[in-house]
Amino acid sequence: MSLLEVNELETHFVSRDLDNNIRTARALNGVTFAVDSGEFLGIVGETGAGKSLTAQSAVGLLRPPARVVGGSVRFAGTELLNLSDDELNGLRGHEIAMVVQNPRTSLDPLTRVGDQLIRIRQAHVKSSNSEARKRALEMMDAVGIPDPERRAMAWPHELSGGMAQRVLIAMALMNEPRLLIADEPTTGLDVTVQAQILDLLRDLVKRMNMAAIIITHDLGVVAHYCDRMAVMFAGSMVEVGPVKAVFDRPAHPYTKNLIAATPERLKLGETSILGAPPPDLYNLPDGCHHRDRCQYAEDICLTDPKIEDVAPGHAARCHLAARLLETAK
Amino acid sequence: MSEQPVIEVQGLKKHFPTGQKGKVVHAVNGIDFAIRPGETLGMVGESGSGKSTVGRTILRLTNPTAGKITFCGQDISSLSMDRCRPLRSDMQMVFQDPWSALNPRMKIGSLISEPLLLHDKMVRSERQDRTEALAKRVQLSTEFLNRYPSDLSGGQLQRVCIARAIATNPKLIVLDEPTSSLDLSVRAGILELLAELKEETRVAMLFISHDLGTVKLISDQIVVLYLGQIVERAPAGSVFEAPAHPYTQSLMSAHLPADPHFVVRRQILEGEVPSPIDLPTGCSFHTRCPVAIEACSRQEPPLDQLGDNGHLAACLRIKDGGNKIA
Repeated sequence: MSLLEVNELETHFVSRDLDNNIRTARALNGVTFAVDSGEFLGIVGETGAGKSLTAQSAVGLLRPPARVVGGSVRFAGTELLNLSDDELNGLRGHEIAMVVQNPRTSLDPLTRVGDQLIRIRQAHVKSSNSEARKRALEMMDAVGIPDPERRAMAWPHELSGGMAQRVLIAMALMNEPRLLIADEPTTGLDVTVQAQILDLLRDLVKRMNMAAIIITHDLGVVAHYCDRMAVMFAGSMVEVGPVKAVFDRPAHPYTKNLIAATPERLKLGETSILGAPPPDLYNLPDGCHHRDRCQYAEDICLTDPKIEDVAPGHAARCHLAARLLETAK
Repeated sequence: MSEQPVIEVQGLKKHFPTGQKGKVVHAVNGIDFAIRPGETLGMVGESGSGKSTVGRTILRLTNPTAGKITFCGQDISSLSMDRCRPLRSDMQMVFQDPWSALNPRMKIGSLISEPLLLHDKMVRSERQDRTEALAKRVQLSTEFLNRYPSDLSGGQLQRVCIARAIATNPKLIVLDEPTSSLDLSVRAGILELLAELKEETRVAMLFISHDLGTVKLISDQIVVLYLGQIVERAPAGSVFEAPAHPYTQSLMSAHLPADPHFVVRRQILEGEVPSPIDLPTGCSFHTRCPVAIEACSRQEPPLDQLGDNGHLAACLRIKDGGNKIA
């Protein structure tokens, strides 16, 4: 059993249109993946594919009109979807920690950063001020913040983007979480800072034997930092597998196109399969959602594909996956 | 003799006041480069390195503090704004965020024909034909001409911005992070379009980006900026294969190609970029440079020729071979 097991998770946005008719956006429709302790999973996909929504749905951070309508999320054997808000609050920030994209807007601007770290410790673990403070300084040191004593007294606006992101990571680690979710942790940072932050995250995950999920649209980040990767398209997980296997032998046509669009593989003047808009989530077609922009689509694609193994630990949601892999050899 | 450059910049400086007496932000500190017709110059550097300021200054969207800007043989560095205006049809710009670059209350057709209205005296039917041709050229369905920006996706809007930029057949286009806000598959399409336009019209492009993979793909030459100075300038291939300046080496090593088999040997720099208000003495990189020697803090390194392929770098350690970091 894996630490986190997400199975066919579905999230809908229900709203009313101008004529007051109920309409439903099927924003997540079939998200299946698992992550183990000590493992680094990358979730990739384009804007609107449902990457962040997957994380928010899993840990109960949705606000109406978004609602989980199906599937299951099991964390260490417990079904998270059945927990009350109080029970979830006990887990979040403690056993499950999250690092988000905009470090500056995630920090309280009116509290010194050291105090914010102390707060999160004391919210979950009985500890004295001096104990919590000691741990805060240790964590700031662990994430490579120079001179933690002095930086603990800093206000959030005094930190650079890279430093603020380190503070958020320190905050996430305060209570030794078993699962760390990082949602675009380095988007908007310079490449050199990005490398520093990701190196740090990977070292900490391996050293503390955490499970980590990193959500990103940057395939370079996944290629170099993750053990396994999951590819999302139009609200469903279309492929999950070890990073090298997915890059070398993509089983889903969408993954194949996505990898072909990276600057490293792109040959200007040769490709023309790209750029079709993703399907309308209010009006998803029957069968495979990728059908309309798939170069291999057949009649069978009019029925819903299931996510199925194509190799040990490597699964794809495509009727033709096995055959495509066979012909690609 | 090679063709006359479309744009040539010599000793360009741009300083911004800070509000404090005697203190200025040294955004651009003495930059030289030239772009010939049909050539694309990629400009890379971290945030705050002065990339965008260079782009805006050479188009005279802000006034240079010092230096000479020659556009098609004409010195434009001290022309008044009025005198710049007739040149505007030959120099265009594409911005990072197409959502905020387009007036949300204008239809796509009017947006594309706006530059024609301002710069070319055309009768209405002629302008309409040209607008349709432009939309087709950027692979945008002519159905969109009657729609508003809010109806289009990011990639489609960026195509509108490119159509506006090429409407007047400019000689130079400055593209400031044109693909950074776009998804991978959409980005690929835009890059392809730019490469085609470059081939067809021989327009000179300054392509500003922090994404090294994209820059490598589209550029002929690359310049690397650090604190408003060029630390290295070379043909695109050489910068990636044989980066000479320690800063370029570190920047290249932080780049993550989307290929799990590519082994990255990371050489991460210590510390953060110094404040552009109080620039370090000597080489502006010496405070973070792992191979800096005593002379680096005193002496400003010149941009020296490294080989015969036009590879230049500004580092004192190149002469004694000590420029390779770990």
